[in-house]
Amino acid sequence: MELLNLFIKATFIENMALAFFLGMCSFLAVSKKVETAVGLGFAVIFVLLITTPLNNLIYHYLLQEGALSWMLGEERAATINLEFLTFIAFIATIAAMVQIVEMAIDKFSPALYGSLGVFLPLIAVNCAILGGSLFMVQREYNLAESTVFGVGAGTGFALAMVALAAIREKLKYSNVPPGLRGLGITFITTGLMAMGFMIFGGIQL
Amino acid sequence: MQKETKDILFGPIHLKNPITLQVLGICSALAVTTQLEPALVMSAALTFVLVGSNVTVSLLRNKIPGSIRVITQLAIIASLVILADQIMKAFLFDVSKQLSVFVGLIITNCIVMGRAEAFAMANPPMKSALDGLGNSLGYSAILIIVGFFRELLGSGKLLGHVVMPTVNNGGWYNPNGLMVLSPGAFFIIGLIIWAQRSYSGELQEDEN
Repeated sequence: MELLNLFIKATFIENMALAFFLGMCSFLAVSKKVETAVGLGFAVIFVLLITTPLNNLIYHYLLQEGALSWMLGEERAATINLEFLTFIAFIATIAAMVQIVEMAIDKFSPALYGSLGVFLPLIAVNCAILGGSLFMVQREYNLAESTVFGVGAGTGFALAMVALAAIREKLKYSNVPPGLRGLGITFITTGLMAMGFMIFGGIQL
Repeated sequence: MQKETKDILFGPIHLKNPITLQVLGICSALAVTTQLEPALVMSAALTFVLVGSNVTVSLLRNKIPGSIRVITQLAIIASLVILADQIMKAFLFDVSKQLSVFVGLIITNCIVMGRAEAFAMANPPMKSALDGLGNSLGYSAILIIVGFFRELLGSGKLLGHVVMPTVNNGGWYNPNGLMVLSPGAFFIIGLIIWAQRSYSGELQEDEN
């Protein structure tokens, strides 16, 4: 039940894109068409599902203060704190995972690769992915929680992006003031969407 | 100053602004601007990382093999961000707490990657440093404008000093709570873009 609660919280209340502004670059660049938005959305869910728990393991068994005790024994490990390496370890994991996932999908499901292909390399530098891992450390999630958090955060991001893409497809037919066309109106629309998502604020299961 | 140097340094402030025109690095621009102080600190951190990464990448540009250049750039940027983070934790602990994960997220800030890839890989160190400085100026300008309005309208303060006394504290100003929340940031950036593009007509886009 707590995990379900965490999922709802990660998806709606603390939406990656609308509440924390993470992954905004691809959020704005890819939300012109619903079809591509769905493609990138699934790729983000997939990569978050893999990297958040993986980085959780890396943090708890390699980086945290005294984390190396399984290898060196309690006494020697107690003085070792590799936390300052967190950023570089996480980004390396993410870049490597994205590469492996890309090769695996290419091998086992060429059809899926065809539709996700372009977006997978982009994801390595999507701040929502790194943000997911950094929030996981800050909020001290365990392995199960971080998996659920990863999926929830990805789902929320995908949901918001598809919704924005749908609005932008309709916006083509409206008469927008010249200075606001393109990026400007997209920001205002996103702001209104963020206001809409705020109504989820009090939900608890 | 030569015209080219001037273009590299000051172009990104208005006509090639990284946030409002190139649509890069927006995450942090929105997230750290609820108050002016974190916005200023974030600008300083980004300037440090961007100039540093541009110079380093530019110095190594003939030695980096094309096939692994992205991961090399990421390693350089991540090392610089770790430096900035450790310095901030040592000297500005409160602000560093307030910025939470967003210092780390400079790594994936598209401005840094974008400038390394688009400019530093093809130009000598001196020019790259100027380009880095110019782009951080453009980024900082937007952050400071957004931070200024959000703190002033959202809580009636600037850098923590009371400018407009709020009703709760016996003053006259009724703070606009929306400004402190996330939609406020989207609206302000949208309005800045509107103002900027109405002022310089050639920046307008044709399609929605």
